[in-house]
Amino acid sequence: MKCNQAIKELSGYLDGELDPELKQTLEAHLTYCNHCHAVFDSTKKTIELYCDGKLFSLPDDVRTRLHEALKRKLHGRR
Amino acid sequence: MAEIPQVALARDESHLIGEAKAGNYAAFEELVNRYEKKIYRLGMNITGNREDAEDVLQEAFLKAFEHLPDFREDSRFYTWVVRIAVNEALMKLRKRRSSREVPMETSEDENGEVLVREFADWKPNPEQQFAQVELERILQSAANALPPGFRTVFYLRDVEGLSTEETAEVLDLTVGAVKARLFRARLRLREELSKIFKRGSIQ
Ligand SMILES: [Zn+2]
Repeated sequence: MKCNQAIKELSGYLDGELDPELKQTLEAHLTYCNHCHAVFDSTKKTIELYCDGKLFSLPDDVRTRLHEALKRKLHGRR
Repeated sequence: MAEIPQVALARDESHLIGEAKAGNYAAFEELVNRYEKKIYRLGMNITGNREDAEDVLQEAFLKAFEHLPDFREDSRFYTWVVRIAVNEALMKLRKRRSSREVPMETSEDENGEVLVREFADWKPNPEQQFAQVELERILQSAANALPPGFRTVFYLRDVEGLSTEETAEVLDLTVGAVKARLFRARLRLREELSKIFKRGSIQ
């Protein structure tokens, strides 16, 4: 397997969508190719960083204003 | 047999929706409580600023409340609210920048295959070198290098955990288009972050 083929399977691999044979070939490539290994590894890390639940947490004042707006809306209807 | 929590939660949610449709404000508020954090984060991630994210959050739930009678329970309530929020967020972006969506900058070879320019290893746990605020700024500026349509696919699939099919439905794209955008978005974000996180970089 060549590097550009390996990269093409990146998404399928991360999403667990590759058939077993292709997955095995790819994993073999990743064990000896430092370049692709670094790309796969850091792509996984990229996703993990964005998934960090502490990021962009809802500020209390924003939450309060949301619930006030909802209450106003509800009372406006009645 | 003990009921699995997921099923219990779904049944509970459909009960809440029924109550909310009947005009029970507390039931609707309970639905808001469940998803407000995610919707705010989605707004932050797509629009890239707090004011717009707050507008998106309010508009999404106000519209959800208003259109609740139209909600058909053949999709998840969460996916439905996400669709409303994504539309609000993209509309904000269109208003803010009158320009049309620019094509994504990626290097491709003559066969149209995406080329990877940066193969460097990252430092271990690069995030630990930054304060929370600084890390948010780094992640946001990397995301801003992507056209909104690409980073939205990334957020829905990889951060919010929607399936490829749900993402396609929310964004009115084909499954193939979602996969293609996700692939490019992942690679591009990695490349942007590599500038900061790779071994041997200054920080
Ligand atoms: Zn390789």
